[in-house]
Amino acid sequence: MSNFSDLLRNYEINGAFDEMIDADGNVRPHYEALAKHLLDLPPDEMRRRKQASDLSFLHQGITFTVYGRDEGIEKIFPHDLLPRIIRRPEWELLERGLTQRIVALNLFLHDIYHDGRILRDQVVPREMIYTCKHFRRQMMGLNIPKDVYITVVGTDLIRGADGRYMVLEDNLRVPSGSSYMLTSRQVMKRIFPDLFQTCGVLPVEHYPQTLLATLRALAPIGRPDPTIVLLTPGVYNSAYFEHTYLARQMGIELVEGRDLVVHENLVYQRTIAGLRRVDVIYRRIDDDFVDPLAFRGDSALGVTGLFNAYRAGNVTLANALGNGVADDKAVYAYVPRIIKYYLGEDPILDNVDTYICSEDASRAYVLENLDKMVVKAVGESGGYGMLIGPHSTREMQEDFRRKILEDPRNYIAQPTIQLSQAPCYIDGQVEGRHIDLRPYVLYDGDKVTIVPGGLTRVALRKGSLVVNSSQGGGSKDTWVLND
Amino acid sequence: MLSRVADSLYWMARYIERAEHSARIIGVQLNLILDQTSLSTDDRWKRILESLGDPELPNGARDPAALTHALLWDPACGGSITSSMNNARENCRQVRNQISSEMWEQLNRLYHMVRRHSADPRHSIPLEFLLSVDEGIHLFHGITDSSMSHNEAWQFIQIGRFLERATNTSILLDVHFRHRSHHHLEWIGLLRSCTAFEAYCRARTADVRPDWALEFLLLDDTFPHSVRFSVDRVRAALATLEGPGDLGERLGRIVGRLQASLRFIDIDEVMESGVRLKLEEIQQQCDQIHVAVQQTYIDYSIEEALGA
Repeated sequence: MSNFSDLLRNYEINGAFDEMIDADGNVRPHYEALAKHLLDLPPDEMRRRKQASDLSFLHQGITFTVYGRDEGIEKIFPHDLLPRIIRRPEWELLERGLTQRIVALNLFLHDIYHDGRILRDQVVPREMIYTCKHFRRQMMGLNIPKDVYITVVGTDLIRGADGRYMVLEDNLRVPSGSSYMLTSRQVMKRIFPDLFQTCGVLPVEHYPQTLLATLRALAPIGRPDPTIVLLTPGVYNSAYFEHTYLARQMGIELVEGRDLVVHENLVYQRTIAGLRRVDVIYRRIDDDFVDPLAFRGDSALGVTGLFNAYRAGNVTLANALGNGVADDKAVYAYVPRIIKYYLGEDPILDNVDTYICSEDASRAYVLENLDKMVVKAVGESGGYGMLIGPHSTREMQEDFRRKILEDPRNYIAQPTIQLSQAPCYIDGQVEGRHIDLRPYVLYDGDKVTIVPGGLTRVALRKGSLVVNSSQGGGSKDTWVLND
Repeated sequence: MLSRVADSLYWMARYIERAEHSARIIGVQLNLILDQTSLSTDDRWKRILESLGDPELPNGARDPAALTHALLWDPACGGSITSSMNNARENCRQVRNQISSEMWEQLNRLYHMVRRHSADPRHSIPLEFLLSVDEGIHLFHGITDSSMSHNEAWQFIQIGRFLERATNTSILLDVHFRHRSHHHLEWIGLLRSCTAFEAYCRARTADVRPDWALEFLLLDDTFPHSVRFSVDRVRAALATLEGPGDLGERLGRIVGRLQASLRFIDIDEVMESGVRLKLEEIQQQCDQIHVAVQQTYIDYSIEEALGA
């Protein structure tokens, strides 16, 4: 494949695992169809397709909001043209690993908010749970439909230098991004119809129906034909596009807090034909803002009295409240032990080594190696509150040293991992960029469903390891092959 | 449909109608200034402001240039075209997923056009600007009617649009009868402010008389800017909605009363019993309809709704 090296003039392999090229410099078999296609397409045609794809995202208004200034700015989510490809056996391993993980974490949450066996048996330190800022004592002893705490998870997976998949983060609260998975697939089918046929790509389009069925299965008892709504914080939220998209795809009402009222522990939506009972709320609002009576009193986004209705069993919230205690970045370090404790199995997917700064020995090690490690605030997400040692300045390191010493419980550190890289189409050339993978896992208490695919996030800046959309990341379609 | 959504659509339509109405009134009057009529420029501006319901003006806006700027491009001036378009778009943004993307795109285009002028009006020509607002809104209405289901959401757009129109037209008529002028250009101006001149001529020839103009703009049943036509449309839209219980009945009575009074009254009776009295009564009834729509569909109390 001598021509191929021409197209890949700028393609560097730099120690990270490469999704397309193997150690000997050959194209991996499952990328061959894509590679051949790239060769066959004249450069102009490639550019034209890239433009068509960008335009399609622009017109659909597929945007997210970046915070940090006075007012959020709406941006188009950058989309890379080249798919990330996964072989079926590999995917099946991920499926088994993710299923194991969500079932164990769900048992963990039930245990934490009921008997606390795992704390009594000292597998997880009690102190770590009660100091977690996402622990919700209001959830203690509360029973929820089918004991399902985690309905939707978006688990972040990465591949280390040896190509092994590892879990980087469990997003158990209000994971976002599934709309990008769906819209990206739509666009790709228009741009590369031929390639879809040759490759045999498994479909993801049934995600909204599956999510709807999952929510329906969790309706309160005695509500055989439940009314399901999606609760959004409103147009100013960064994921508002996704909220409108999913509501439309599922055919359910998109509501804001002010559309709902609670009367005698029943939840209603205000419609022009009067009040209509609501049974299941797919909420895309953080715990803190759900109900000003139960949580933050200054929240104007939530619904007064909602928590009481929830407690009375008259409405289902998905995901459940208080899930943040299980995706706390310090608790994360214990997940392998949590899996072993509840399921008696070894974890199928590994964790990334994690140093908990509230432990003396770990803290000392972290402070000594700040320039080599990634430090994260435990309660933050979206790439905020993070230090990437090798890419940081001395001042940034000193800043984090101070922060860690002030509040050690709030920080963990991990070795810097060279995320795997995949080919991306950048300014008319194919170049390697670091990526991760977020599949969407649904759980209705009886079965776990994972649509084959997910959101592959790309660090579009050359050499960057941060894939978050708020920090210059983009996305690409994820193809699981039917081989 | 959610009450909040209905409310946003209703206000979006009202603001769009207001912008269109203002653009036409100001355009017609600016044209008349060019014609050297008997009315002084000051009086002309007074009339514009009254026709727009006396919007609150920024301090110091007295001379024609400042007034033009305020009414066209000052986003802080409550009745200005820029502020109406801002409000329309903001309401539209809240319910983007309930309307067609073509509608959103057109309104957005129009909004950006207005904003461009508002940010830097140095080279803008007021009459041209007003014309493009008018055209842009007509296009929006065309897109609305042909790209969106004529469902409940569409009906709320109709209610907002035609209730605003009925109110605005009656205020405009009121102003013209308050300062009754004998100059026929003024009455042509009135008709033009409602895009009614050609339609009037077809019905009545170019002989423009105040009482005929009044009859046409108040009582004609086929001309889309007449008060009667507008009220008919509000009633028709409301009739398609299932109004909850007693509140719905009350709203139906209020609208029915106004509709009947416009249907069965005779222009001579109006002239005899006092034009301004009648117009004020219509404005009050429009306000009552607005309040009743809010109470019936949007701001109802929980107890009332559960009792119904």
